[in-house]
Amino acid sequence: MSGALDVNGVAKAYRQYKGEIQRVASWFVPNVYPAKETWVLEDISFSLSPGEAVGIIGQNGAGKSTLLKIITGTTKPTNGSVQVKGKIAAILELGMGFNPDLTGRQNVYHSAGLMGYTSEQIDTVINNIEEFAEIGKYFEDPVRTFSSGMQMRVAFAVATAFRPDILIIDEALSVGDSYFQHKSFDRIREFREQGTSLLFVSHDKGAILALCDRAILLDKGHLLRDGDPEEITDYYNALIAEKANSTIEQVVMGNGGIQTRSGTAEAKVIEVALYNAKGQVAEYVGVGERVELRIKVKVYQSIETLVLGYGIKDRLGQVMHGTNTWHTKQVINKPNVGSEYEFVIAFQANLGVGSYSIQTALVDRDTHLTANYEWLDLALVFNVINIDKVHFAGCMWIESRITIEEYGK
Amino acid sequence: MSWIRELYYYRYFIRTSIVNEFRARFVRSRLGAAWMILNPLAQVVIFAFILSEVLSAKLPGIENKYAYAIYLMAGTVGWSLFAEIFNRCLTVFIDNGNTMKKLAFPKSTLPVIVVGSALVNNLLLLVSVIVIFAMLGHTVSSAILWLPFVMIVTIAFAVGLGLFLGVLNVFIRDIGQIMPIILQIWYWFTPVVYMEAILPKGYGKYIALNPMYPIISAYHNIFVFQKTPNMTGIGVIGCISAGLLLLAVFVYRRASAEMVDVL
Repeated sequence: MSGALDVNGVAKAYRQYKGEIQRVASWFVPNVYPAKETWVLEDISFSLSPGEAVGIIGQNGAGKSTLLKIITGTTKPTNGSVQVKGKIAAILELGMGFNPDLTGRQNVYHSAGLMGYTSEQIDTVINNIEEFAEIGKYFEDPVRTFSSGMQMRVAFAVATAFRPDILIIDEALSVGDSYFQHKSFDRIREFREQGTSLLFVSHDKGAILALCDRAILLDKGHLLRDGDPEEITDYYNALIAEKANSTIEQVVMGNGGIQTRSGTAEAKVIEVALYNAKGQVAEYVGVGERVELRIKVKVYQSIETLVLGYGIKDRLGQVMHGTNTWHTKQVINKPNVGSEYEFVIAFQANLGVGSYSIQTALVDRDTHLTANYEWLDLALVFNVINIDKVHFAGCMWIESRITIEEYGK
Repeated sequence: MSWIRELYYYRYFIRTSIVNEFRARFVRSRLGAAWMILNPLAQVVIFAFILSEVLSAKLPGIENKYAYAIYLMAGTVGWSLFAEIFNRCLTVFIDNGNTMKKLAFPKSTLPVIVVGSALVNNLLLLVSVIVIFAMLGHTVSSAILWLPFVMIVTIAFAVGLGLFLGVLNVFIRDIGQIMPIILQIWYWFTPVVYMEAILPKGYGKYIALNPMYPIISAYHNIFVFQKTPNMTGIGVIGCISAGLLLLAVFVYRRASAEMVDVL
């Protein structure tokens, strides 16, 4: 393996000794051992090719931040090694250790110095940094007067002032306002085109799907999955609802997609089908066509309430539309064990041309976090084609009319 | 020797850190940098005012009527160099913990920054003390040429001891609490405020065990008595300091893997 970044069998343990005296003794004497070792990361291996973007997801405490710290070099791994080719820039947490009493400009020089740049090098980019951060005259004010969003702007501008070979971003971007997020994403995309690899930690599934070529799922210190972002985020979604006697299974479907089914199985979706305007089962539907999504559900065990949720996802896994019968006030109370229900969802396929998938969820209320009977990703895949509309771009169809009037003469 | 290259690459960072430190310290005070000199001088004035009557008669080999004040200032310059570097090294990892957790940079820059800013402080104090000497009618002799060696040994001793305890202080914070007390006792066991001659008989051999004794004596010899300091004593402290520095580096290397985890 020889990528921009190679992580080989990295493990991290926090060591606790009976007392700190024992810890100090262990530096000098070989046979003093820690009383307790807590492994927060175990046997993590992956590599990153130049220009590749990898998202890291996982619940709090999964070890994401520790892993990033090891890769950036602020923490050392207990076992294993990290090989980096080229320069790393990291935005871990907020602020990069700005000094609150110094001005934005002084802090920029200080932080860039910490990254190993000389004054001459910083002089050449200081104007770009100031422009990119867009915080106006605050740039000359002490950092203690900055809002967290402003600190984030300056931190991002400094970290990306020079194109790094590997850019590491830990959640930080979610702090910024959406205008700055767009701007940051643009800069990240630009860097990637020039060969920068990206390592991105986020809870924001949309950002991972939009930016990353690959995703890695960490759970309790282990690398659980490494693969396509949509597959991994679906799996993660199933994982966060995992409870006692719940299962997760992923099935490779005919079209290469991976279907994720998870839950406690009190109720299950037994059939999903899409019907076109003529009442036929359809794989292709026209833009704007009236269609019906019919979902058959069977109840296997006694439950208090049954709510069906569904979502239409695009090819990148972003939800185009989704709702559930909790919001539409059609909750089924105390469904009979053994009975089947058919939900018919009629809608107009006002979607852009492309491939879409349906996800379904059987839950007890408005989220799948209290009870998750079944969650099914890629329950069905269908395609939208443009039959009778004018050519248009984008992911949705909006009925529009253009009028032109000529003035003059 | 990779750390020398690291220090060279980070020379700019070291410089701005020292400058920023002064900026941050004085940015909201009116007298700004003057406080660096005013603080130790205030101490000298207090001691001189309170103790000169008691002690002035017992300073042989110097005619000036401000002899005691001169003696006090010379010792204070030496002690403050040691104390500032030692105190800052003791907490250097804790103070920079936030940065160490967020950015990867060579840690060897940290003691260099401490020494750099303490040295600037001390040189300013030194210059102002020499000016005051001149005002009191006391000139500086060629013995001052020995001063750089004495200062280097003082710095090495303060850094070696300070960093060793500084690493331990990350894990055992009691060290940071107890050291100011020990330093206070240590100060009074070193002839800075009083003259060696006033010590009761028999204490001489104990004071010879105090590593700060040869250093402060050297400051006295250079500035007060205008003669060559006892360089053998300084040499011994230099060797001890080299040993302490090696110990500090060894302990840092062993501890560095766990250090960021507990900061």
